[in-house]
Amino acid sequence: MSGPMLRIENLTKTFPVRNAFGRISGEVTAVDNVSFSIEPGRVYGLAGESGSGKSTIARMIMGLTRPTAGNIYLDGLNITDAGSGRSRRGKVQMVFQNPGSSLNARRTIGQSISVPLDAHGHPRHDRARRIDELLEMVQLPAEFAERYPHELSGGQKQRVAIARALAMPPKLLVLDEPTSALDVSVQAKVIDLLVDLGRRLDLTFLFISHDLSLMRNFAQDVGVLYLGRIVEAGATADVFEKPSHDYTKLLLASVPVMSAEEEAMRPALPLVDGEVLTSDRLPVGSNTSFERLEQ
Amino acid sequence: MTDATSVSQPRRLSNADQNWYRFTRNPTALIGAGIVILCILAAIFAPFITPYPEHVGAVVDFRSRHLPPSADYWFGTDNVGRDIFSRTIFGMRISLLLAVVVLGIAVPVGTILGLVAGYFGGWVDIIIMRITDIALAIPALVMALAVAAVLSPDLINAMLAIAGLWWTWHARLIYAITRQLRSQEFVEAAETLGAGKMHILFREILPNCVSALAVKTSLDCGFVIIVGASLSFLGLGIQPPTPDLGTMVASGSDFLPDYWWESVLPGCAILFVALGFILLGDGLRDLFDVEEIR
Repeated sequence: MSGPMLRIENLTKTFPVRNAFGRISGEVTAVDNVSFSIEPGRVYGLAGESGSGKSTIARMIMGLTRPTAGNIYLDGLNITDAGSGRSRRGKVQMVFQNPGSSLNARRTIGQSISVPLDAHGHPRHDRARRIDELLEMVQLPAEFAERYPHELSGGQKQRVAIARALAMPPKLLVLDEPTSALDVSVQAKVIDLLVDLGRRLDLTFLFISHDLSLMRNFAQDVGVLYLGRIVEAGATADVFEKPSHDYTKLLLASVPVMSAEEEAMRPALPLVDGEVLTSDRLPVGSNTSFERLEQ
Repeated sequence: MTDATSVSQPRRLSNADQNWYRFTRNPTALIGAGIVILCILAAIFAPFITPYPEHVGAVVDFRSRHLPPSADYWFGTDNVGRDIFSRTIFGMRISLLLAVVVLGIAVPVGTILGLVAGYFGGWVDIIIMRITDIALAIPALVMALAVAAVLSPDLINAMLAIAGLWWTWHARLIYAITRQLRSQEFVEAAETLGAGKMHILFREILPNCVSALAVKTSLDCGFVIIVGASLSFLGLGIQPPTPDLGTMVASGSDFLPDYWWESVLPGCAILFVALGFILLGDGLRDLFDVEEIR
């Protein structure tokens, strides 16, 4: 295979801001001229705190939100305006942040997993076998197919969501904070499972998270997103060991540490006089926060 | 910790079992369900349980007119000597039939329009919901009066007139729920998994409307029966000699207060049936814990 699995070029998304009368009074740039690409078989981590635009990027890749400008190429195919669903031909799937809301509470696990099978014309007589197989793949017992989401734990539900995303094997799996709604003890298991499945099914991952310690273990390349822009990108080891941008240093400095050795590795806090600016406090279209950070 | 491995739980209750357990501990729902079942059975088996099934027609027996309630005639007799109890049971039949037909039309129509308007939004939403708003502004009783005046006053026209407006309530209810569910992650997940619009509307969103629909439909049975009886009372619904509760209250009211049973007891029957459905609806609302409906 040649070329990147996912290539994003100058992707921009602005949302209109309406005043009390519903008139458009301005706009907020959620994603600002973002470009990156993911080679087949790699895990690309997109790091950033809430409001940095990382979920908006995921939604644009999935066709749930239309980009204002820029292009998205999936496996060489331009999918920028393709809309969600079948037009992506099952090449990309997504695991949502909260499995509690991404599974329909009124449908059984088996019914939820069979959605992509039915949508892509999987033979009806083979459906039950395939559901069992998928549940086994995510290390859940086959009898879970008859259960409802509320009977499962958060980690089990997220495994179901993963099984569903893999039912029609995609090439790219977008993980939007897949572990942030889960207990810490369960997070590592879900990540292990994803690594294992990625190897077995030859998957490429876009891993979106604010959790840098998870990212350090999971992602091979990383892009740091701040107020809709990628401020730093590169191989995970390089970025984490020698962060060049002050925002990356700040993020790394705020990762909780477990030992004195880790504490010693922690970079010095670059910002002393204030908090990190978020987009709602930022004057529209300005770059002042970057300038301030870079001083 | 017990993420993937803990499957050996003690015997677990299925959803249906849990709901049934809670249902049996909800007095409102139980009383309502009891009344509703009693009325439905009475309506179905009316020819076998009533003492004078032949009194449903145009029977005249002047020797026994205006008799007060007694062991022979539980609810007394009317001005031409017919057994009011027998006629009341047959009248319930008509009332229930009216509710079933009206809601059998209104619920599916309202549900589908609400789903479509709520999910697709845009022009579809504007057109459907503005029509709904207009229809909501017309009281069902007034509409039925107009239809009865233009066409002829009979059961079919009454049903059509009521059904022609009743769907609006269901459309509004389902519309509100759909709007709220449309942006939920499970709907977006289904979209990204390649599910079609039909699947999303009827398999993803509709199952989340079922409890609200059950509550609303049960309450509405009561209200439709009251509207139907009101129409008959005004002489615009079911025509004599077919026994209808509203018609019986109207004709009996000529003989108030001396022969009070002729209008009061059929009136109590209307109250009884309507109350049964409304109690059941209230009980279901507590059971499903859905938001305030009506």
